Amino acid sequence: MTSTKPNTGPSYAEAVIEADPQLPIIRITRDFAATPEQLLRAHTDPELFVRWNGPDSISTTIDYWDARTGGSWRYVATHGEDEIGFRGTFHEVRPDRIVQTFTWEGQPDGVALETLRFEPLGDGRTRLHAQSLVDSLEGRDAWLASGMETGVNEGYAKLDRMLADGTV
Amino acid sequence: MADQLSRVFAALADPTRRDIVARLAVGDASVGQLAEPYAMSVQAVSKHLKVLEEAGLVTRHGGTGHRRPVHLEADLLGLLTGWLERYQREAERRYQRLDAVLAALEDIDPSSEGAPS
Repeated sequence: MTSTKPNTGPSYAEAVIEADPQLPIIRITRDFAATPEQLLRAHTDPELFVRWNGPDSISTTIDYWDARTGGSWRYVATHGEDEIGFRGTFHEVRPDRIVQTFTWEGQPDGVALETLRFEPLGDGRTRLHAQSLVDSLEGRDAWLASGMETGVNEGYAKLDRMLADGTV
Repeated sequence: MADQLSRVFAALADPTRRDIVARLAVGDASVGQLAEPYAMSVQAVSKHLKVLEEAGLVTRHGGTGHRRPVHLEADLLGLLTGWLERYQREAERRYQRLDAVLAALEDIDPSSEGAPS
């Protein structure tokens, strides 16, 4: 069992998820061995983006993509016979952050506001702060809960870790 | 369900309550036992427990007063950690793919622009 004391310094070698209790927000923090400039490129260059966006079983095809402040984007994720469209606008693109909207076309009235910040850590490392603001707490929780049947029976070791490092 | 999840989030937003939950994962404990390591009164710990209780995360059975054992409702916590973990794993897998793309970037374009390929 883990100790009951909180950890000292934050470590984001693995993605850390935080669901805000008061606001319909999900935050993800993750460190990368890259410069802010490289992270920006990987998020704005469509050829690079499709290489990491979806799992191997899903291929991402760009429909249109204009990664400039005021531009818009749309891509289609294909999994077997299924095609799922996603679209949004680039509200702002600048070296240290991207603000964009995100809509899953299966639920066209829903829109998330995503803010990505690139925080330089020095020695070529960068911390990514990704925040998604959705329409309601209920929407956020339903979204997260949609996958809850998976992993329910997993052991408590991971739980301890998450509780200890403040993920939960 | 969504409302309860929101209550669970709110309950777990506090580091002391997360700590209490982690300790109850080991086994039931009384309020007095739970209060021991903290520089706070049994009353203050009771308040935290009430929040956890209202979120459905803990229950108290039998006994009286501060000796009543506090029990962690592992099923509810299991649901919560189940989907948070799943979401975390998906995000982590996605970012591991991004790691690979970034590593390839460095191979392809070190600052030697115009170098023959």
